[in-house]
Amino acid sequence: MSAARVAIIDGGGANIASLRFALERLAVESELTVDIATIRSASHVILPGVGAAADAMNRLRKAGLDRVIPELTQPVLGICLGLQLLLEASDEDDAECLGILRGTARRFEAVADQPVPHMGWNRITRTNGGSVVGLLNDIPDGAYFYFVHSYALDVNATTVASATYGWDFSAVVMHNNFMATQFHPERSGAHGAALLTNFLSCY
Amino acid sequence: MRDGQVVKGVQFRNHEIVGDILALAQRYVDEGADELVFYDITASPDGRSVDRGWINRVAEILNIPFSVAGGIRSVAEAEEILNYGADKISVNTPALANPDLIDELARRFGTQCVVIGIDSRQESGGYRVYQYTGDPDKTREAGRETVQWVREVQERGAGEIVLNCMNQDGVRQGYDAEQLRLVRQACNVPLIASGGAGAMEHFADVFNLARVDGALAASVFHKAIIEIGDLKAYLRERGVEVRL
Repeated sequence: MSAARVAIIDGGGANIASLRFALERLAVESELTVDIATIRSASHVILPGVGAAADAMNRLRKAGLDRVIPELTQPVLGICLGLQLLLEASDEDDAECLGILRGTARRFEAVADQPVPHMGWNRITRTNGGSVVGLLNDIPDGAYFYFVHSYALDVNATTVASATYGWDFSAVVMHNNFMATQFHPERSGAHGAALLTNFLSCY
Repeated sequence: MRDGQVVKGVQFRNHEIVGDILALAQRYVDEGADELVFYDITASPDGRSVDRGWINRVAEILNIPFSVAGGIRSVAEAEEILNYGADKISVNTPALANPDLIDELARRFGTQCVVIGIDSRQESGGYRVYQYTGDPDKTREAGRETVQWVREVQERGAGEIVLNCMNQDGVRQGYDAEQLRLVRQACNVPLIASGGAGAMEHFADVFNLARVDGALAASVFHKAIIEIGDLKAYLRERGVEVRL
């Protein structure tokens, strides 16, 4: 795993340090970059994201990455907003996204006992083929992960684990070499570290 | 050597303090804390820039979210803290002095990054907000009614509210469930109870009576009066959903 050369796509947002530190704790080096050659030659690519979907897509387009990312063949992990960027669209500012994974992110509605953003620890449950997905190895059903988001994807054919916040939404999605988590594995304790380890074991 | 003994001494002491912070943070992670809050008492009251490199070292070891509070007066200061690896910034007195700061922080970083701390005390006329509570000599009433301020900070973009009930703070007689329940009705973002925890039943009470999203405590953990793992097992038995 130490041979992994991880490219973290620089979406311009603050708060990338926690992800880099999480990889360091796994003894994996990473490079924060928008350079197309670096991203193409990386063994693993992570698309993080904090901020708004439309802004993030504009930055990807400016760097020419909206064409590069869909053609990547190595394992790609979207995290939080990164999951939503892999979708067809997000209701947030009606952003058109990368279109690699099916679906549109839609907003949670704030009701009693359900503040928005959905922020905190929540359990995930395997769906569809989730029981055979290597990304979830060593992670028990019902494990808690740390979420911070206002938009989410409905459960669909790409969902391998779901969580519930008012409605069931996609916690982990997967399609070919593209996978994504709505939660933050870098802030999700031992289970989060296990998921990152599993991702880095994909090739 | 050029800078003499005082500087060296200060640096040494800082290292020692940071070492304590790291050891303590790791202990709380191991015990099962869900989130940590760091009150940066090195934050300068006169606005001088301060070295916040310790945040980077905390971020290196923590695999749970943490926020930093204290002396954050500008978007630039908040950005520095977030870039060092903090997940959220928590603002209290500066938001009272300049409420627009909340809007600016939310616009720049998203509401999920912006925690507003409110120090509230019961007066004859109801609950009132206090400011400069870090310094007993400067502490004063902020001229705002608590529930109104709770509504305003949410409209401006607060993504979370920590309500520190000053009547209860430090006395370890239990959280102020009555005040928290009142604020809960006006609060559509996560609400964290602070002030008054002294025993495990206080945590169960505040979750069950005031339906808060989290309970913050310091001295009972620092002084090892309550162990976090024991507390969470206890809470689960009492019907509170917790991560074990």
